[in-house]
Amino acid sequence: MACPRPIIELAREFERIQAGEVIELLADDPAAGPDLAAWCRMRGQELILSKPPRFLVRRSSL
Amino acid sequence: MFLDSSSGEPLLAEARRAWLEAQDAGWGDPIRLHRPGRLASQALDRAREVVAHTVGARPDEVVFTASGPHSANAAIAGLALGQRRVGSLIVTSAIDHSSVLAAAETYGDAVTIGVDGLGRVDLDAWRHAVHRDGVATACLQVANHEVGTLQPYRQAAELCGQAGVPLVLDATAGLGRINLADFAGWSALVGSAQAFGGPVSVGILVIRRGSRWRAPYPADDYQFGRWPGPPDVPTIHAAATALAVWQADHERVAERQRELIDTMRSRIAATVPNVDVVGDPVQRVPHLLTFSVLYVDGETLTLELDKAGFAVASGSACSASSEQPSHVLAAMGALTHGNVRIGLTRATTSIQVDQFLAALPPIVAEIRATLGVA
Repeated sequence: MACPRPIIELAREFERIQAGEVIELLADDPAAGPDLAAWCRMRGQELILSKPPRFLVRRSSL
Repeated sequence: MFLDSSSGEPLLAEARRAWLEAQDAGWGDPIRLHRPGRLASQALDRAREVVAHTVGARPDEVVFTASGPHSANAAIAGLALGQRRVGSLIVTSAIDHSSVLAAAETYGDAVTIGVDGLGRVDLDAWRHAVHRDGVATACLQVANHEVGTLQPYRQAAELCGQAGVPLVLDATAGLGRINLADFAGWSALVGSAQAFGGPVSVGILVIRRGSRWRAPYPADDYQFGRWPGPPDVPTIHAAATALAVWQADHERVAERQRELIDTMRSRIAATVPNVDVVGDPVQRVPHLLTFSVLYVDGETLTLELDKAGFAVASGSACSASSEQPSHVLAAMGALTHGNVRIGLTRATTSIQVDQFLAALPPIVAEIRATLGVA
């Protein structure tokens, strides 16, 4: 899977959830941790757990 | 169009000419007393003078090694050895070059200091770290080699001085390009000829008199016992020639490159949706820029840009031969996938930059469409 796949999938799923809801992401790509944090920063979302390969992202009310 | 000077500025024409002339000049071994030996020795002296003048050191403090990473390794290993009774801690930033981080781990106990979102080392944490018991040495880059951000190296050096910790200054990204001659707060300084358009096989290692550096390998009769083996004088002569070219015009080149990078920063942010343009926009070396494109993989982006005629580097995992993302980008909290690293050369023109800026957005759009992303 090309490096940005986990983030692309996450972005797609995010469209389907409400503010306050949480998505769990499992990714063993070494870039997943840093890139999730960067994606959350760029998109104004909340990374509430970062324990590779498990991540939890909460949708902010935007 | 070559936009990857961060991996190495192409050999300057002046350096190439100097190398060819040196090969024909019949120079011998610089430690011999015969005429060919004396000619080589004089050429080596002149090369040392050029470097010494650039960094504000004495010529007899300058030696030439096999590469920048060799110099970084030797500087850190030598100070760790000389300071072994003081302790084993070696302090660096989290985004120093991988050869520096590796040397810190190999020759002591590495302490890495975090950086902010622009890549600047945390000076409070630096102060705390260098004042700990048992710090043998510290190493900090003048500027980051991927991102271009200038480190607060003067303040970091001051803090090292207060703590009595010898500092290795990694000058690679700035040597020849910014003024380093007026700054004396280091015990050792390292650089790489390849970074300024000299030959790949020359590193620069400057060790102050009175520093506690000890050779971490057997010394011989060459280069004051600071780097073993017969120096490749024609290649060193070519390296010094390249540095002298920069000495003569670096301010003019820097101003031009700074403007081009400013243009690239603003145009890329404006024309590529969801892009992370990384690093300090102002406190930076003139010629470097890195940006990361969301929802695009770095390898494909690099290859598509190459097909379109633009040679760039990337800090993404699965680009180049590395499986890991750039430790620099990760430590800064910057996006690592879809990363492009630009390094302008002396020859890069504004027309070439405009061509790159025009080509980039459609290429990004095409890759995103292929990946099924809006």
